[in-house]
Parts: sequence; structure tokens; C-alpha cells
Amino acid sequence: MLEKLPELVNGDPVLVRRGRFLSTRFLVGVGATEYLVDIREGRIERVDRGPFVMPSWRFALRGSAEAWGKFWQSVPPPGYHDVFALSKRGLLAIEGDLHPLMANILYLKAVLAAPRRLGAKG
Amino acid sequence: MAAAIDPIIGRYVHIALGGRAHRIYFEEAGKGIPLVCLHTAGADGRQFRHLMVDRAVTDHYRVLAFDLPWHGKSTPPDGWEREKYRLTTETYTEAIRAFSATLDLEKPVVLGCSIGGRMVLNLAIAHAAEFRALIGLEAADFQTPWYDLAWLHRPDVHGGEVCAGLVSGLLAPQSPDVARWETLWMYMQGGPGVFKGDLHFYRVDGDLRGKVAAIDTKTCPLYLLTGEYDYSCSPEDTERTAAQIPGAEVVVMKELGHFPMSENPEQFRHYILPVLERIRARG
Repeated sequence: MLEKLPELVNGDPVLVRRGRFLSTRFLVGVGATEYLVDIREGRIERVDRGPFVMPSWRFALRGSAEAWGKFWQSVPPPGYHDVFALSKRGLLAIEGDLHPLMANILYLKAVLAAPRRLGAKG
Repeated sequence: MAAAIDPIIGRYVHIALGGRAHRIYFEEAGKGIPLVCLHTAGADGRQFRHLMVDRAVTDHYRVLAFDLPWHGKSTPPDGWEREKYRLTTETYTEAIRAFSATLDLEKPVVLGCSIGGRMVLNLAIAHAAEFRALIGLEAADFQTPWYDLAWLHRPDVHGGEVCAGLVSGLLAPQSPDVARWETLWMYMQGGPGVFKGDLHFYRVDGDLRGKVAAIDTKTCPLYLLTGEYDYSCSPEDTERTAAQIPGAEVVVMKELGHFPMSENPEQFRHYILPVLERIRARG
């Protein structure tokens, strides 16, 4: 799912514009698999799949493969439809320096939810 | 061609609250039983604009929505720049009762959402005899916090964007884009620190755990409607609350979240119209 982020985000000019002030790297943990997402001025520059040796990142979101799987369904079920819904239920850990996440929260929520457009069913 | 004008009238009423002069903005539409609508934290009465143009409502109800002090077009009190805004049970209750009394509303129905839903429970506990019926949307005696309020008001994060961004996940995925973004726009327009100040009531001052069992629904009927996608006040939170109140009625609303009246007005009609019909039938 996350490997598709560059085409999903960079092909959406409204979303790229919303993130135009953000350049950062963050980590997404999907079960035991880790991904590093590099953003430059709202565009996804690259997505690397771990394992990594000494990765550097500003913030990380780690959840189970099952939780992310439901989150990425085209119509996610209640409680799986937002990163803070997952974190409130204890299904997602949000760690690190949260300033870039919170200062760009509308943009980053849309980036993280972009794989829903791939049409996965429940 | 006739101009397309909503049948909503907006005016200002001068009310003293806490001994201070306030100029409160309110909108109204319709004729009949007064129905006072309480907006969510950090927002304003525009959230109810769809109810106010729905003939199925306004043929029988006089729908009124006022903006709390500091919200919408209600100006903050003189000297606001020297103080920290905080909503409390006392100030919120006073605002509703003073608004109703000043406008001579006779036994109104109160419909409140989110903090307004919590307030409806408080009115049911403390002032039930003053109201014809109470409707809590997204209401519970307490909800577990799910983010750090410090992010809502600091100079290095845009307040409007972060307030809207945080609540954006409380809307149902099925809500139409136009209504979704209008709902978020109202959050983007809140004054600095106002959403945070409202949440003082929600998280600290207005904890009703252990108190809702005192509600007598024979004195005043209580309806609690919660959207299935609301994880701030979840259906479980509402059901836990209602289980302590004999006679309270609960409806879990499909394909709706924390802002039913503004995020998907068409879907909300299916749930609110039968409640309003029953209240009317009781006389």
C-alpha cells in the first residue's frame, strides 16, 4: 500500500499544495515491516521499505498490519477511519517530534489515507 | 427572478452573563415549539443551518441557535484580551437559561451536540422542569481524552488548521465532501484558544460520572443520538450513560460521526425528524 504513495499523492495537485510547506521524513510501522516516507514540499520524494540500520525520522506511526488493513479499506469501519481513532483504541502508537505532524495534520491525514483510493474492500 | 434567500433571521441580543455585558448573536427560523440548538466546541450556530431551512422542522418548531460568547458572531466581553477563555458548567448553563429567559421562550426543547450534548445532560440533572424535552447529540457523561490540548493554541501551529485537522477524523467517511469541508471551515474560523477553552468544560469541569442517575425522564424526556463513526463520544459512551438513566432513549446513527447536523444533513433527518415528531405528539 505505502509503496503507492508517490503516485497517489504526487498526482493530486490539491494535496501537494496543502503540504507545500512540509519537508520531512517519517516512519510507518505496519506490523513488523517499517517504511520511511520522505516528503519534500508536499511531494512524496521516496518510500523505502525496511529493515533499516540506524534510521533517522522526525515522527513515527506504528500499528498492526490488521489495523492498517482496515484503515486502508475504501470505506473503513467505525474506529478504524482515522489515525487518532486507532491511537485512542490502542491500535496505533504515535511517537517522536509531533510538531511537523500536528502543524500539517490535514495534509498528513490525507497522505496516510491515500491508499483508500486503491479500492480495498473489507 | 426571485432572490434565493434562506428563511433564517440573524440578530443580536444583549444579555448580562456573570455580571458582564454580552452581545449574543443568534439565528432563528420557523414557528411553533421553541427548539434551542447548542453548537459544538470551537464552532458556532451555523452548524444548524440545514435544520433551519427544513420545512418538516420549521412548520412545527421555532428553531434558534445562538453563538456562545467568544464564538461565531458573538463578541467576547470587554477586556477579553487580558484573560484566558474557559467554559465552565456554570457559565454555559447560565448562558442557555439567560438566552431562553431573555427571549421569553416557554419550555423550550434543547438540542445540543458534543459539549452541547454534555450540557443537555447537565440541564436534565439540574433544570429538567424548565424544558419540554432534551436531545443530546454525541452526548455522554464522560469521554476518554484522545489528544493533547496543548496543540490547539500555540504560535508555531496554525490554530484553525489544527482544530479542523483534529476534528476531521470525527466525521463519517460517507459524509459528502461539500458538507465535510463546510463543517471543517467553521473550525478553521474559531478564535485563538476558544476550542481549547471549551474543552475545559468537556474534560475537566463537566465530568458527569456518577451524576446522570439523578435524571428523571418523567419530568423531561431525554433522547440521545450518537453517530457510529464518532470515536470522541462513541456509541459505547452514550450507551453506558443511558444505561444509568431510566427512560432515556438511545439511537446509534449509521454513517454519521460527531457533527450529524452539518456533516450529512440528509442522513441526519432520518434520525432527528422522528424524535421531533414524538416530542410534538406529546404536546
